[in-house]
Amino acid sequence: MASITGSIFYILVFLSVYVQVFFFVTFLENRKKIITRNGKIKLKSYPTVTIAVPCWNEEKTVEKTIRSLMKLNYPKDKIKFFLINDGSTDGTLSVLNSFKKYPNIKIFDKENGGKFTALNLALKNADSEFFGCLDADSFADSESLIRIMSYFENDKEVMAVAPSVVVDNPKNFIQKAQKVDYNMGVYFKKMLGFLGAINVTPGPLTVFRKKVFDNLGPYKHGHNTEDMEIAYRMQKNHYKIDHCNDAYVYTNTPATVKKLYKQRLRWIYGFINNTIDYKNVLFKKKYGNFAVFTLPMGIISIVSVSYLFGKIVYNFFNFIYTKLIQFKLIGFGFKSSTFNFDPFFINTQSFIFLIILVYCLVVFAILFGSKMTKEKKIFSMNTLYFFPVFGFIAPFWLLKAVFNTIINRKPSWR
Amino acid sequence: MNNNFDWKKYLIVFLITVGLFVTASYVSNYFGEQKINQLKSIQDQIAIDILSSETQFSLLSELSCKNISDSVYSPELDELGNKLEWSQKNLGITEEVTYLKKYYALLQIKDYLLAKKISARCGVKSAFILYFYTTAENCSLCEQESMVLGELRAKYPELRVYSFDYSTDLSAVNSMLQIYKIKDTALPALVINDNVLTGLQKLEDLDARIKESFKLQEKVEGDSKNNVK
Repeated sequence: MASITGSIFYILVFLSVYVQVFFFVTFLENRKKIITRNGKIKLKSYPTVTIAVPCWNEEKTVEKTIRSLMKLNYPKDKIKFFLINDGSTDGTLSVLNSFKKYPNIKIFDKENGGKFTALNLALKNADSEFFGCLDADSFADSESLIRIMSYFENDKEVMAVAPSVVVDNPKNFIQKAQKVDYNMGVYFKKMLGFLGAINVTPGPLTVFRKKVFDNLGPYKHGHNTEDMEIAYRMQKNHYKIDHCNDAYVYTNTPATVKKLYKQRLRWIYGFINNTIDYKNVLFKKKYGNFAVFTLPMGIISIVSVSYLFGKIVYNFFNFIYTKLIQFKLIGFGFKSSTFNFDPFFINTQSFIFLIILVYCLVVFAILFGSKMTKEKKIFSMNTLYFFPVFGFIAPFWLLKAVFNTIINRKPSWR
Repeated sequence: MNNNFDWKKYLIVFLITVGLFVTASYVSNYFGEQKINQLKSIQDQIAIDILSSETQFSLLSELSCKNISDSVYSPELDELGNKLEWSQKNLGITEEVTYLKKYYALLQIKDYLLAKKISARCGVKSAFILYFYTTAENCSLCEQESMVLGELRAKYPELRVYSFDYSTDLSAVNSMLQIYKIKDTALPALVINDNVLTGLQKLEDLDARIKESFKLQEKVEGDSKNNVK
């Protein structure tokens, strides 16, 4: 039994090292292609773009979102904003209505049907060459759209471009930990972009060629992760998705553990269930790195975290049990608990070195991601929050997502 | 269209990962060897200590007990025991660890015989426990007994506990097993004041037996002093 769990452990360590090395090799191959532009750029031509803002009870943030869109550095006659009220029960609609006077803003009001229905309403009414979405809790940097559009101009095969999503004004340690997570995400997304293996085209300002939807159909429910489902569908149809690292979009993140848990549960549940829906592409090399690297990597991380969590829980209860037995046998004990440090007892089994290596590569991803998002302080204290917050809570939403999948219960949006 | 699968890259990353695994196990082995070497040097030190004590004892036994004081007790024996136990858990049961365990068992027996002699002749206050356990199978009672003995050892510095792994394949250990008629079905087993106790012994019971042992000694001492008078 011990040898089986030991073997599983080493296989998971091997796969984790493999994934990190794969990213690092991709970085070394492409590092010269990572260009971060400063200031304004110009395009040869300015195609028409529609940006949809689906809103459901977003009265607090939506105004800032729309203002950020209006400041986008892009010709006003080439861009339209569709603000869709998806049956909000708060004052969202009146906020939206206050923008009625602008000629390039159109407001839609519909019954609540979920984000994908709001986006599809916008798609139905859009007649532009490009279509994008901006979540009503996010704010676009004024240069973000034009930089995204430059990717389409440079490569006719690119069908969608995702921006770098950065945490806006983190206040408490939960948000600070997420800031680190998002910065790291920028690095990984860029690498996945190089690999042509992006599996999410996030709600905050991913821009698509409109023909993606004309050819592949509108958004689907996608287990409450429609931005993941469309990416899967595009990958299945060999549509290229790129990542524009210097297009920044700032997003509000959950401020409490409970809200973070719900959001991540939805993401992971979406990942598991979209992967199940698209299981036919798994490991088929004709679908490229998406099928052979991204999806298996996601599965590996879910299995690894679940396994490690199980092991930690087992060890924890074992420890408590031993202490209880000890208490029963010898009470609080005579033994003085002076701690004598002897380097002899440092564990030097080979997996220790490999786990240290994996951590180093993760820290590298955080640091380089922070550099890509033009973080002022690359060595930030926030990194210290990241490992405990995510290390401790992530297993819970992962396991819950697996559990929900098994009993087929869908998580709510918020 | 977009087809970006490059199997060469997958292979190269695989080879790099294998390389990292090999390097990690090499580094791990290197530290493992260092630890084994450290154990060996501790054992050599103990062997010298015991030999020296034996020699000292033979030289001085006719004259005085004065000079044979604490020096005969080698505290490294406990440290070595702990380190060996840790090594067995963490480095695995390698040939070297098994060999070192045999050597350790032998050193313990020698220490036991010598300490007993000194105690008898010079009246050094001491109590001895021979403790037999097993690592061949999962013996949770053995682990519990070890806790109890560790506690007693901390309470009574004069108590010397010698632990023997039942599965140690050494004739000297086998002889002890035969002498005290210890079977692997009745582990953990303890020998204190020539009494064999099997199964888990509680702290209070052993405590009483240790005190008894000290008393016996005082009695013997008192008798011998009276005889001299």
